[in-house]
Amino acid sequence: MKGVAITGMGIISAIGNSVEENYISLIENKIGVSRIQNISTVHADVIKVGEIKKTNDELISELELNEDNNFSRTAMIGTLAAKQAVENAGITSINEFRTGLISATSVGGMDMTEKHYYDYFEKPELVKYITCHDGGDVAEKIAEELGLKGMVSTISTACSSAANSIMLGARLIKTGKLDRVIVGGADALAKFTINGFKTLMILSDDYNKPFDNNRKGLNLGEAAAFLVLESDEIVKKQNKKVLARVSGYGNANDAYHQTASSENGDGAYLAMKKAFEVSGLQPSQIDYINVHGTATPNNDLSEGRAINRIYNGENVPDFSSTKPFTGHTLAAAAAIEAVYSVLAIQNNVVYPNLNFETQMEEFDLTPQTSLKNKNIEHVLSNSFGFGGNCSTLIFSKS
Amino acid sequence: MTKKTYINGVGCISTQKTFDTVFLEEARVNHDENVLAIVTPAYKEYISPAASRRMAKGVKNGIVASALAMKDANTENVDAIITGTGLGCIEDSEKFLKSILDNKEEFLTPTSFIQSTHNTVGAQIALLQQCKGYNFTYVNGAVSFESALIDAKMQIEEDEANSILVGGVDENGDYTTALFKLNGRIKQDNQAPYDVLTSKTSGAVYGEGASFFVLENERKENTYAELLDVYIINTLEENEVESALKSFLKSNNVEVSDIDAVVLGFDGNADFENYYKNLAENTFAQTPVLYYKHLSGEYDTASAFAFWMASKVLKTQGIPEIVKVNKVSKPAYKTILLYNQLNGKNHSFTLLSK
Repeated sequence: MKGVAITGMGIISAIGNSVEENYISLIENKIGVSRIQNISTVHADVIKVGEIKKTNDELISELELNEDNNFSRTAMIGTLAAKQAVENAGITSINEFRTGLISATSVGGMDMTEKHYYDYFEKPELVKYITCHDGGDVAEKIAEELGLKGMVSTISTACSSAANSIMLGARLIKTGKLDRVIVGGADALAKFTINGFKTLMILSDDYNKPFDNNRKGLNLGEAAAFLVLESDEIVKKQNKKVLARVSGYGNANDAYHQTASSENGDGAYLAMKKAFEVSGLQPSQIDYINVHGTATPNNDLSEGRAINRIYNGENVPDFSSTKPFTGHTLAAAAAIEAVYSVLAIQNNVVYPNLNFETQMEEFDLTPQTSLKNKNIEHVLSNSFGFGGNCSTLIFSKS
Repeated sequence: MTKKTYINGVGCISTQKTFDTVFLEEARVNHDENVLAIVTPAYKEYISPAASRRMAKGVKNGIVASALAMKDANTENVDAIITGTGLGCIEDSEKFLKSILDNKEEFLTPTSFIQSTHNTVGAQIALLQQCKGYNFTYVNGAVSFESALIDAKMQIEEDEANSILVGGVDENGDYTTALFKLNGRIKQDNQAPYDVLTSKTSGAVYGEGASFFVLENERKENTYAELLDVYIINTLEENEVESALKSFLKSNNVEVSDIDAVVLGFDGNADFENYYKNLAENTFAQTPVLYYKHLSGEYDTASAFAFWMASKVLKTQGIPEIVKVNKVSKPAYKTILLYNQLNGKNHSFTLLSK
């Protein structure tokens, strides 16, 4: 068997509240980027975001949480996605096998921290939210909601976080440390990140245009997605349906700058190279690349150059960024795009890179701009983050 | 055969003088304060003043601790850098959040945002060393450091890396410590003198620090110990700890009687001390029991301080009086077990041998 089996998926994003809804949006060009509604910010009329159009109250009632709950928005969307994934995998007894949960986050429960920061000392009823700030809080809440008692951890490597949680989950199964791991990530929109990216001047005031010569930056988004990885023993024993497999993974550090990617995309190149080594696949075997493609001038140039290095500048496979649909969902992005990669394999489609008009002048790379049907055996998905963190995952047909 | 993991270098910046010393001979217990600050190393020996000005103390401490560990291991390059941190760069997070709120989202500069991400420490070390290898940061409360250890051990076992820098780092932020006093995580201001073992109150005395280690696949002359195993589990009831611990030992072919010292995470939080007390008074009544949070303070990666302490015990073959819970001693220290938890969650068992 090549790689680790994926047996379940769950997702909530700006383009849908389930795997099915997300897929329909992707093939029908229904984008989720719009004006912000749930957060009051002075940038509301300038920025566009991939927002889940549900209020916290709606999420609370959907999850049937008690009135005294202290869930951050991040924890709520994370729990929704994780529950879907577990159900999709047909898991009824969560602790039956050695089961772990590896989550990913950028700023934890910052959405609550920033909302109540100065009120904590005046309003005792808010004090319960202080612990939400902790990076591990989301995973703790999900574990509790799932009744999962075993290994629980969280990775935070900025915008590559969820790729690394998927990578760790696959390694934990490969080495026989766990039988089953729920992997993914969650990030809700927050003023903290909106203003952070704003000060870095990489937010677009328009719809993001990945790999376009006139790209102006990214749109932030919020989302959560989780996948269930299971050992081949469980798959065999329970005669499980395998959706696809995690066949390759690689992580490297660009070691260039805290927030910018190197000109030649060293980190990205090394991450892809390692993923090919782990999978035993050749670059020519990849049918679709789901690029990181944030639409910042820096990322797309660096990533494009790294891809060209892998392919020696020729026969680069069909590629697209799905961030025009969802916005850049930070620590969750790689989990969202893992779900999309699996759906591409299951349905044999390449998603369009929306909003693309003009090829970048630095190289000869044109993304796929319309929905394309073709056989998909292997998908490569890139995710890069601040701190030079570069990760690549390869998904394969089972 | 799977490769074994050895601790070949250590570096520790803590609320005690744990650099330029042998082993806690200058340590003292602070009974007066509920938030302890680190003993500051000479940053300028490791970081240029220009770079130092921009860096938060957690980043600086991480850089110094990692440099100490590399020097101690006589290693100039590592293949991977794996960091654990509970709250990450909380000072810069506070700074950026405050300026957002105080200035109504205007007039902001990116510096503190850039440095606020949890992986800043690991990234800055990679940048300084030009290490392009594997680089992960774990952020899961009290098991952040142990998650990093598990990852590192897996890398060495699978032959993915020969030499890895692993560490735990956390820093105190003023506003966050005020919030932790408000929600009871930190003991109240007026309860001094603070004492960990006799405490009747909830909450803990807080601390901060950075401990880094060079883990390698080869035993060397300067090896401190072999890392036999690390296990984390999210939820255990008080009465489940002993059996979980025994099955962990059993999976490593070790009996309770083989343990020459056990290091427990007593932090003076009366609500959860039974998790440790039961072990100290029953399972390990005939074993030297050690504690450390009266020296290091409590924080998410305080268990990295314990890892440093256990490494030192194995190397020096002696236990400083100041960390002893009971009067039991052994002629030699070969196998040490560490156990930690926080508020009944995030339990970890770590097993080291000479």
